[in-house]
Amino acid sequence: MSQETDGNTASARTVERMQVPQWRHRHVLDVDDLSRDEIETVMETTDAMSEVLAREVKRVPTLRGKTVVTMFYEASTRTKASFEMAAKNLSADVVSFASSGSSVEKGESLIDTLRTLEALGADAIIIRHRESGAPYVAARHVGASIINAGDGWHAHPSQALLDLYTLRQRFGKVEGLRVVILGDILHSRVARSNIWSLTTMGADVVLCGPTTLLPQLPCRETPLPGDLLPPVEVQPDIERALIGADVVMPLRLQLERQHAGLLPSIREYTRMYRLTEERLALARETAVVMHPGPINEGVEIAPGVAYGSRSVIQKQVSAGVAVRMALLYLVIGGRAR
Amino acid sequence: MTEALLIAGGRVIDPETQTDTTADVLIENGKITSLGDTKGKAPKGCRTIEAKGLVVCPGFIDLHCHLREPGFEDKETIATGTRAAARGGYTTVCCMPNTNPPLDTRAAVDFVKARCAAEGAVRVLPIGCITRGRKGEELSEMGELALAGVAGYSDDGDSVASSRLMRHALEYSRNFGLPVIEHCEDKGLVDGGVVNEGPVAVRLGLRGIPAAAEEVIISRDLALAELTGARLHIAHVSTAGSVELIRRAKQQGIRVTAEATPHHLLLTEERVMGSKGPSVLHGLGPAPLLADAYDTFAKVNPPLRSERDRRALVQGVKDGTIDAIATDHAPHTWIDKACEFGQAAFGMSGLGTAFGVLMELVHRRELGLVTLISKLTFEPGKILWPAHEGHGILAVGSTGDVVIIDPEAEWLVEEKDLLSKGKNNPFIGSKLRGKIMATIFGGRIAYEDRSLGQPVPKATRHD
Repeated sequence: MSQETDGNTASARTVERMQVPQWRHRHVLDVDDLSRDEIETVMETTDAMSEVLAREVKRVPTLRGKTVVTMFYEASTRTKASFEMAAKNLSADVVSFASSGSSVEKGESLIDTLRTLEALGADAIIIRHRESGAPYVAARHVGASIINAGDGWHAHPSQALLDLYTLRQRFGKVEGLRVVILGDILHSRVARSNIWSLTTMGADVVLCGPTTLLPQLPCRETPLPGDLLPPVEVQPDIERALIGADVVMPLRLQLERQHAGLLPSIREYTRMYRLTEERLALARETAVVMHPGPINEGVEIAPGVAYGSRSVIQKQVSAGVAVRMALLYLVIGGRAR
Repeated sequence: MTEALLIAGGRVIDPETQTDTTADVLIENGKITSLGDTKGKAPKGCRTIEAKGLVVCPGFIDLHCHLREPGFEDKETIATGTRAAARGGYTTVCCMPNTNPPLDTRAAVDFVKARCAAEGAVRVLPIGCITRGRKGEELSEMGELALAGVAGYSDDGDSVASSRLMRHALEYSRNFGLPVIEHCEDKGLVDGGVVNEGPVAVRLGLRGIPAAAEEVIISRDLALAELTGARLHIAHVSTAGSVELIRRAKQQGIRVTAEATPHHLLLTEERVMGSKGPSVLHGLGPAPLLADAYDTFAKVNPPLRSERDRRALVQGVKDGTIDAIATDHAPHTWIDKACEFGQAAFGMSGLGTAFGVLMELVHRRELGLVTLISKLTFEPGKILWPAHEGHGILAVGSTGDVVIIDPEAEWLVEEKDLLSKGKNNPFIGSKLRGKIMATIFGGRIAYEDRSLGQPVPKATRHD
């Protein structure tokens, strides 16, 4: 049920005047189940939320009376802050469930915790968990909407959507862009979700990194009949990968990969794969640099690139709040509890 | 007084002689006393089971299951596990020693035997530990365990990591003629993996277990079996490469036997993506995950592998590379499975459904019925009783362990019907074709289907 019904004037694209768009998904578990049209809906809704964020008073009453719980089983600063700000901007009540210091330390199970939060009145539960698939388990056991804020190596849908929104702002459309995701693809939920959203919108995705950090993926050149992910280009050679790139997205390198024997040293990694100004020069003149954060300065990206003129990293952070407002609005804005 | 049971007019299959004929089977005082036309031989008043249209064969023998007692009685007990076994057509099961305490002493083995004598519905043969406490550091008292009556040795759940110790375990086992049963898994290569390494692991963002984790240990153990001349049995073979390694070893005359599980013969890694079957099976290409993705009931060790591996296992069963089909029945509690995939326990409960599941291979014509029965009876029997001593066969003088099967009867697997405490059975909700009608252990009925002796309704027949 929409908050306002007279949203029929074309100029009135504000949250107060728009109708809650048709939205069939109860949860946001990944972007793999979003069609192109649905992603467009998220983008348009994000436009309306960006307009709110540009106001002096960045707050609308859209989700007044709804309760949003953040449940972060893994450390996060920006994603958690971003979701909580998004919920507050929409006037939802926000409860922050911290896994340390709560019953989790007494051995309470995920399902039991979720049921408790639901009984306490949560409309949406935003969950970050180190185990891949934890939000799927959550969605099977509670009636509240589950929003995946990152699960293990599997998915990070709000990040993929804010990346898409940032690219749309910069390029107008994403179709035909050559997007190079650089680094530790194997352990990256950001990479996995981006593969879905970018290919759905028609971008060409190139994965580049040392072979120990690249999953065996179906290649565009040799598509396999049993593909489980959309086809992408896999290119371990960074120079080749960067030629003609419109977007370069280095991923955070977890320093423990060295200890796991996947890399000889961080020094060697930076020598072979750090995004430097010289390497960036291989990309198109209009190319932009993104990073899901937090940055290991000087490891996967040179500071001059991270803070240089081609960087849209700060824009990603701003887009994050708007996209998360849009997701909350779509998922619980139109539904009675 | 003679205790007698007559099974009349069934299709009698004896895997040893490969006979498949209509005959009566008369069991008296725990032994088969007459086969064929038993007219006038059965004592007055003896119970007769009408088996017309049903298959009668030796009771099934499971080389590998977990009865969990002592130590994990919430998951299973000897009483519930052996009842589940009887329900599944099994008259003999070997229980693995990864209990608490583990079965590494005579006292622990005696405890299991005493519980079985008091509460067991079928015959239980304990397997003893290879190493003390299953720690892989020093040999258990294998001689004492042999005297206590173990049927073999295993540190199931773990490989013996030290090649030196494994060599000595094999050498030492030769004193007793018992097989060393190895769970083949290189821990370093597994590295916390939870599913098969491959496209499904990549798709789901789960840590993969490469096929090589199994194959490197099998390669090592085959070399050690050759070196020592001991009897090596490979538990739950799961990869195409393993099948090939064992095939070649057998050709070279190495004393090795092997088993595969029903779930590895029927299911593949895509089952982790949900019970409805993944897009890949339907050739639809990349598709969204289903709501029941990350199904913890599909988490098992070794993991469900690829379709290529599954086919190689079936081929191995057919050509004799894989000697036996064993359940690796691994019951768990609801709590063990109702959690994040990475934190869920490995294992599937399967004694009650093994036969119905395996019949799918027969219906699909991937395997013949007589071969399947042989892999459940005669072949594992040869591993446990090399001189076979009347087990795993159907002949006059053999043990009165018999199962009566309706290979065509359809049934829906429902949680409430499973007798195991472990309801972690991935086939719950599936329709199976092939049902155990009665299990006779030592001449006595250990399990009997309600519909036995009732006229078979037309609707369930598929002739």
